[in-house]
Amino acid sequence: MIELSGITKSFDRPVLRGVNLRVPDGCLYGLIGPGASGKSVLLKIIVGLIRPDAGTVTIRGRDVFAMSDLELQEFRKQIGMLFQNNALFDFMTVADNIAFPLRRLFNLPEDEVRQRVAERLAVVSLPGFEDRLPSGLSGGQKKRVGVARATVAQAPIVLYDEPAAGLDPVTSQKIFDLLRAEQRAAGATVIMVSSDLDRLLTVTDRVGMMYRGQLIFDGTTQQAQESTDPYVHQFVHGIPEGPL
Amino acid sequence: MMAGSVVTRALQPFAALGAFFITTSEVVGGMGVMFGRIISRLVRFAFDRSELLKNLYKMGVKSVPIVVVTALFTGGIMVIQAAPLVQRYGAHGLLGWGAGFGTLREIGPLLTALMISGRVGANNTAELGTMVVTEQIDALRALAIDPISFLIVPRFIGIVTTLFLSTVFADALALFGAAYAGTGILGVEPMVFYNGLTSGLLGLGDVFHGLIKSVVFGIVIALASCQFGITTSGGAPGVGRAVNSTVVVSAAGIFVLDYIVSFAIG
Repeated sequence: MIELSGITKSFDRPVLRGVNLRVPDGCLYGLIGPGASGKSVLLKIIVGLIRPDAGTVTIRGRDVFAMSDLELQEFRKQIGMLFQNNALFDFMTVADNIAFPLRRLFNLPEDEVRQRVAERLAVVSLPGFEDRLPSGLSGGQKKRVGVARATVAQAPIVLYDEPAAGLDPVTSQKIFDLLRAEQRAAGATVIMVSSDLDRLLTVTDRVGMMYRGQLIFDGTTQQAQESTDPYVHQFVHGIPEGPL
Repeated sequence: MMAGSVVTRALQPFAALGAFFITTSEVVGGMGVMFGRIISRLVRFAFDRSELLKNLYKMGVKSVPIVVVTALFTGGIMVIQAAPLVQRYGAHGLLGWGAGFGTLREIGPLLTALMISGRVGANNTAELGTMVVTEQIDALRALAIDPISFLIVPRFIGIVTTLFLSTVFADALALFGAAYAGTGILGVEPMVFYNGLTSGLLGLGDVFHGLIKSVVFGIVIALASCQFGITTSGGAPGVGRAVNSTVVVSAAGIFVLDYIVSFAIG
């Protein structure tokens, strides 16, 4: 269970205003909302990269911000994360980027590392890209390498920030299906932020909608699609006219 | 109202002075905290060995050409500047001592530090700053990797080691350049230059004097470049500002500490 209680955060202006959220174990949770509504900041708070001004984050019964630096570092081994801008290490090859968590955190034999890297690259339709540098990849290819790195360690909790941004519709659907299949197989708890609602809502169990730093909706995917709340209805169905 | 604006204008210099002290305190304090974090990893040997080797190659080996050029010409320039006095007083036998004294104690470590600051320090800040603004540092932390152990400590060791070894190398080359220029410009035989260098007026203390400075300068460059790099904000313009700050603070730090170390160890 991932549980957020009263999360508040301001930078130059308030970004999150008292967010309460519960994501049950084994749930694929879709976090949606207009741009600059605080979704990416919320993901970074969950993984402990940004400290909230107020509120608590509890993951599997442990308060993330009550841990020491070393405890938090150890705890993060249970979490995989895809960043909005991919955050690939530009001084490493594609293979080294994907292998990084395996080598650093699990100390696996090199043969197994290479095998898992090749398998991940095949899954994201980039076979043979092992020796390329991130600077030589297109935006969509970088995104797929980011997905491969976030999933290679098979962490029980995975946070995806825009996993399909910049991808063509076919590849995008493949990525969503892949992430859903892996989440089901591993029983992982997943929070996925995406603007591609048509595809996102085909894979989620539950959906939350952020608007101006607040969680204004939390329910099942079906409830989101059938919601009569004017904000949720307008956003989910992509209607130009409305309160948003 | 009028009196209020006059008072405000009168207080502006004090406000500027206060702001300067606050900024300076933030920079020096940040470097101090960074130094503490680095030492805490160093004593536990908690740093990445392969990153260290990569950085030693990138910072040290690739700096050799610029150190060679700087050192050779520095030695030559010292002889050109000394030439009128040497000729006027016929002090050809003291040329080796003069060049050695200036090079080993001051010019060698100082100029090498300024070159390494420009080449390695600025590059280090640009790399770290880019990693910050592209979320690569966040990605490291999210992958349960300590950025200080993985990135900062290897760079710290790399810069300090590079500057120390480059200074040894530069000292030798500068003396070689001085001897060569002495022969060419003043007709001082290499053996006469060598005898002046080893006649007893110079000692190991002069060598260590310069080498201690090189270590101190290396620490300043490493701390400034890592601190400004890791605290970069504001995208690409922010990286530019961070690099600029590194060059300015490193150079200022080098001169201030040069004075302090020279004063302290005589």
